[in-house]
Amino acid sequence: MVSATEPLFDDLYRETLLEHYRSPRNRGRLEAPTHHAEGLNPVCGDEIRIDLRMDGDRIAEIAFDGQGCSISQSTASMMSVEILDRPVEHAMAVQQAFEAMLTAGAEPSAILGDLEALQGVSKFPVRIKCALLAWKVLAESLKSPNKEETHD
Amino acid sequence: MFSATKIREDFPILRRTVHDRPLVYLDNAATTQKPRQVIESLVRYYETNNANIHRGIHTLSVEATEQYEAVRGKVALLIGAPSNDSIVFTRNTTESINLVARSWGDANLSEGDEIVLSLMEHHSNIVPWQLLARRTGARLRYIEVTADGHLDLDMARQLIGPRTKLVSLVHMSNVLGTINPIGEIAGMAHAAGARFLVDAAQSAPHLPIDVTGLGADFLAFSAHKMLGPTGVGVLWAADGLLSEMEPFLGGGEMISLVRQDESTWADLPHKFEAGTPNIADVIGFGAALDYLAGLGMPAVREHERNITAYALDRLGALPGLNIHGPSDVDQRGGAVSFSLEGIHPHDISTILDSRGIAIRAGHHCAQLLMRALDVPATSRASFYIYNTEDEVDALVEAVEAVQRVFNGVSHRTAV
Repeated sequence: MVSATEPLFDDLYRETLLEHYRSPRNRGRLEAPTHHAEGLNPVCGDEIRIDLRMDGDRIAEIAFDGQGCSISQSTASMMSVEILDRPVEHAMAVQQAFEAMLTAGAEPSAILGDLEALQGVSKFPVRIKCALLAWKVLAESLKSPNKEETHD
Repeated sequence: MFSATKIREDFPILRRTVHDRPLVYLDNAATTQKPRQVIESLVRYYETNNANIHRGIHTLSVEATEQYEAVRGKVALLIGAPSNDSIVFTRNTTESINLVARSWGDANLSEGDEIVLSLMEHHSNIVPWQLLARRTGARLRYIEVTADGHLDLDMARQLIGPRTKLVSLVHMSNVLGTINPIGEIAGMAHAAGARFLVDAAQSAPHLPIDVTGLGADFLAFSAHKMLGPTGVGVLWAADGLLSEMEPFLGGGEMISLVRQDESTWADLPHKFEAGTPNIADVIGFGAALDYLAGLGMPAVREHERNITAYALDRLGALPGLNIHGPSDVDQRGGAVSFSLEGIHPHDISTILDSRGIAIRAGHHCAQLLMRALDVPATSRASFYIYNTEDEVDALVEAVEAVQRVFNGVSHRTAV
C-alpha cells in the first residue's frame, strides 16, 4: 500500500542501504592501525573515523566508526567491504566509479558491489555529501600514516 | 473569530505542491510564509511610491518617508514601546545583537567583566559576545539547561553577580520551545547592576509582548519570522541607552553635520540607520504587522497553544519518539523538536520532504544546546497561524512511515 505512493524515497532507501545501516560491517577500531583519519560534515554533524592497517600497498584491515545519517554510515560500511584486502589502486577505482555514479549520472559499474544501492542518492543533491564523506576520510587516512609507524 | 483555514486563503504559497503532495509547511521557526497583503504592499510600493527617504522634497520621497516611519509606530504598538525613537531598523536579529555588542559593549565592558548567556542560545546570541569578549577581555558565563528543557534558575542566581555587566537571553528557545522567565531574570540582572538583552526572534512573532513589563533593556527580533519580508530586523532599547551609545555604522542618513575630520550624529533613531535603509521591506513589514494586529496577538498565541498541545499529544504517543523541551504548553511555544531512536534527523527530513512536509533537521544554530542534550541534531516541526491539525496528522503519519522504513519492516509490499 505504501510503496505505490512513495517512489521517491523507495529509490533512496533501498533495502541494501538499510541493511548496512542496521548491521554495519567492519565497524569499530583497529588494535594496531598504520593509518588513521577522521572527518565531519559540520552542517549535519555526520562523523566518520577510519583506521587502516596497510600491508605494503594492500589494505589489510579497515575499521570505521562515527555517527550520522543512514547514507553516511551505510556508505562507510559498504566501502569497507569493497576495499578490504584490495590494493589502494582498486580502492581508488571504486571511488571514481562511485563519484561518477553520484555526481555525473554514470551507470553503476560492476566494481561497486553493494555500493550500487546508493545510486538513488544522485537524485537528492543535498544528500550527496553524506555519501562522499567516507571516501573523503579514506583518502585522508591514506595520506596520514601514524607517526609511530613512520619512525620505525 | 480565528480560523486557520480561512487564514490559509491569504497565503498563495500554501496552494503549491511539493513532490505532487500539498505543501505542509512546518518550518516557521526558520521563516514564515507571507500573506498576499504583504506581497501586494511590496508591489504597490515599487509601482507607486518608490523613492529614497528622509531627504527628498518631492512628493514620492515624502510619501515613502511617511510610510517607512509609520512602521516604527506599528512596531512600538506591537511591543508596547513608549516611544518610536527607541526603535531601530536593522537587517535581522543578528545585526541588532551585533549593534548592541559593538555600540554598547565596546564602551561598557572591560577585562574581568562578565556576560551571562545560556546554553540554549542561538549562535546569533553567542558569537557577537565571543567577539566582544575577545576585544575587551570580558568573560562569558553560561546558564545551563535542565533535563526538562528549562533554564537552571539556581545557577542563574549564582552566575549573575557584581562582575556581570550584561545578561543576554533568548525569550523563547528556537529548539525546545521553552518560554523563559524573562521578568525573573530581569530582576536578577538589574539587582546586579547589569543590562539585560532579550532575543525575541522566536517570541515576538508568537506571543503578546510588552517591553516595559518584561524588564528588558534591549529587545531584538526579525520581520521575516512574523509574516514580513527578509532583510528587516528590529532593535528596541530602553530610554536613554541609544542616546549615550556610539554609532554602529557610519555613512549617509546617520549624520547631522559632516566636517573634514569629524561629524555630528543625526537624532535618534536615525543615528543607527546608516545608508539607504531597506525601505520597501520595512513597508512590507508594516503590512505584516497590520495583518497580525487584525488577528490579535492573544489569538495567535491561543491558536499555537492549541496546535502545539495537539502535536505534543500525537507525536508523544509514537513509540521510540522523544520530544525535547517542556511538555506544559503554558511554558512553551510551537517549536517542537524530537528525536527518533536510531534514525538520523536528515533521514527523517528527506522522507518527510518526499511527502511534501517541510521540517528542519540539524543543529538549529544551537550547537551548545545539542551538546547539552547529547544529540548530534534534532528534527523540528514549528507552527504558525495557518497550520492545522490535519497537517499535524500528516506529520505523524509521515513519521510512522519513517519508522516503518528504518525499523526493519520492509516498506515495500510483497511483489
